[in-house]
Amino acid sequence: MVAKFELSDDSVVVIIGTGAGGGVLANELAQKGVKVVALEAGGRYLPEDYINDEWDSFGQLAWTEPRTTSGDWRVSKDFSGLPAWIVKAVGGTSIHWAGASLRFQEHEFKAKTHYGDVDGANLLDWPIDPAELAPYYDKAEAKLGVTRTGGRPGLPGSNNFKVLEKGAKALGYKEVNTGHMAINSVEYDDRMACQQTGFCFQGCKWGAKWSSAYTDIPRGEATGNLEVRDHSHVARIVHDDKGRASGVEYFDQDGNLQMQKAKIVCVAGNSIESPRVLLNSHSSMFPDGLANSSGQVGRNYMRHTTGSVYGVFDKPVRMWRGTTMAGIIRDESRHDPSRGFVGGYELETLSLGLPFMAAFLDPGSWGREFTSALDDYENMAGMWIVGEDMPQETNRITLNHGVKDAYGLPVANVNYTDHPNDRAMRDHAYARGKAIYEAVGATRTLPTPPYPSTHNLGTNRMSERPRDGVVNMHGQAHDVPNLFVSDGSQFTTGASENPTLTIVALAIRQADFISNEMSKGNI
Amino acid sequence: MATKVSPKGMTRRQLLARATVAGASFVVGSGFVAARNAAWATELTAISPTAFATLVQMARDIYPHDKIEDQYYVIAVKGYDTAETAPEIAMGVSALDAAARGKGFASYLYTSWEDDRVRILRGMEESPFFQKVRGGLVTGLYNQKAIWPVFGYEGESYSKGGYINRGFDDIDWL
Repeated sequence: MVAKFELSDDSVVVIIGTGAGGGVLANELAQKGVKVVALEAGGRYLPEDYINDEWDSFGQLAWTEPRTTSGDWRVSKDFSGLPAWIVKAVGGTSIHWAGASLRFQEHEFKAKTHYGDVDGANLLDWPIDPAELAPYYDKAEAKLGVTRTGGRPGLPGSNNFKVLEKGAKALGYKEVNTGHMAINSVEYDDRMACQQTGFCFQGCKWGAKWSSAYTDIPRGEATGNLEVRDHSHVARIVHDDKGRASGVEYFDQDGNLQMQKAKIVCVAGNSIESPRVLLNSHSSMFPDGLANSSGQVGRNYMRHTTGSVYGVFDKPVRMWRGTTMAGIIRDESRHDPSRGFVGGYELETLSLGLPFMAAFLDPGSWGREFTSALDDYENMAGMWIVGEDMPQETNRITLNHGVKDAYGLPVANVNYTDHPNDRAMRDHAYARGKAIYEAVGATRTLPTPPYPSTHNLGTNRMSERPRDGVVNMHGQAHDVPNLFVSDGSQFTTGASENPTLTIVALAIRQADFISNEMSKGNI
Repeated sequence: MATKVSPKGMTRRQLLARATVAGASFVVGSGFVAARNAAWATELTAISPTAFATLVQMARDIYPHDKIEDQYYVIAVKGYDTAETAPEIAMGVSALDAAARGKGFASYLYTSWEDDRVRILRGMEESPFFQKVRGGLVTGLYNQKAIWPVFGYEGESYSKGGYINRGFDDIDWL
């Protein structure tokens, strides 16, 4: 029996967003008997609705409301109105993610300690002890059914992986495998095994890849403690005269402004929309936005140092067959400043269909240099670089008052400029990617620029001291005790791993904290 | 592919009888553009036939794929043949022809070598006209399912049960 709560019910926890953070938090709280209203801006789509066609799927799932960009990153030039490729739907970007589920490394939780002072970087150690997070990583891996953990077998290697693996081994890399993936290699948790269909980015039509859309959300609803309101676009969080969050104003599917009262508010709208909501929630008591006494809301925006390398061979690879991220090289994810940069990067296979390859291979490029590469599409192998980028205060989300969304709210501007460390890392990774494919006989390699961001991180970061960030080690706002951040925006630093597993681990941990604090009467 | 059909009721002989040759590739008549061998022809409502033929040549010069027939470039730019967009296209084509004349050619279509046409395009690649045409082609051309087999791309596989038993790991040359 799906719950239905009154707008005036001030005993509920209101969660903004239903992706890997909000969706998991909603279910975990509901399982503990906590009443939850989850507000989701997008609609509800299940595996039978997903479209295995790149542009049609983009039209179905992507967040395409206006955003603006600035800074010297190439995305701002190539895709000035589309800084991020993330999802607006129940389940959020957990529908779109490729499934790579890696734990952060110990040194990455203590970036400031290990990397030292890096000019222009606003580095900080996470206020969490990695050992304390470890059991939550265990729970997250079990929830997602991550391969190569908990006795679950790895996925079989596709053509794209085999090319990567052979090149990697030729270069002496040791840690090369088909990855820790939240994609079932065998049936698990009522989800079937992967059929190597491709189109992981467009939503898994088999449900073999974990997404909160068809796991945590319906399970939470089945408890009778969770109500998900889709097509509910949050405008602002409101507070009482003591400065505590008291409700959330949102536009319902008919465009009418509603106000849901709340005991606790959790923000999980991804690292662009979450700070936007907090900044749009400014009031006379909080003139710079909610939870922003430090001035750090929206700052330290991270997106991973990315890029791709495609190798062209004289024979077919057909990289689109099978999982999008089919394998990984982890050797470069160590911290080894002798390479000319701090932090590290992962190399993960990637493939795009022909339509997206045409759009993303070298945006703006034309003529035979471009088309001759596409002519060899069938003979291409591809990899993606996922590296730790430096948090910088000036890389930030701000409100653009000159551009309004359909509801008249100022949109987010995303300002990003690569740090010299980011550029050095990307150049290193391009060179390694090229060498890997040349070791297998590539006749041509294509260093492809970053795509619109899928890993949006850090804009409401965790810090030990209130002045350094927005939330504490539990994701609880330093300024507002009943306000939480529950997505990747709470990341203190970005690490070199895909963020979803850590978002899920933090959400499970946060659910424990919130329910304990509620039962103790502390919130 | 509605744009593939020949003008209604016209035979190849009639069509060519009404036509003048434009450039090397196209046959231009009153209200239509066709392939020289009449393999395809498209009727026009707003854009002049010569301007449309120029646009098709420009599309191929921007994203040249020798294995893709003109008809797919025609489909990719046919959307500009509306009363709303025709004036902008006409102005853009005029600028293109003026640039060609500046390099000693009679017009863009009568610039025989691709290299020469590309030089003309490079000179105007920052213009809104060029950017509009190029940007539109990214989806207008490459999102046509009919051309995917030319690249070997197989599109969706869900309806066939994925590649688990159909070659996801069949590489044999490594």
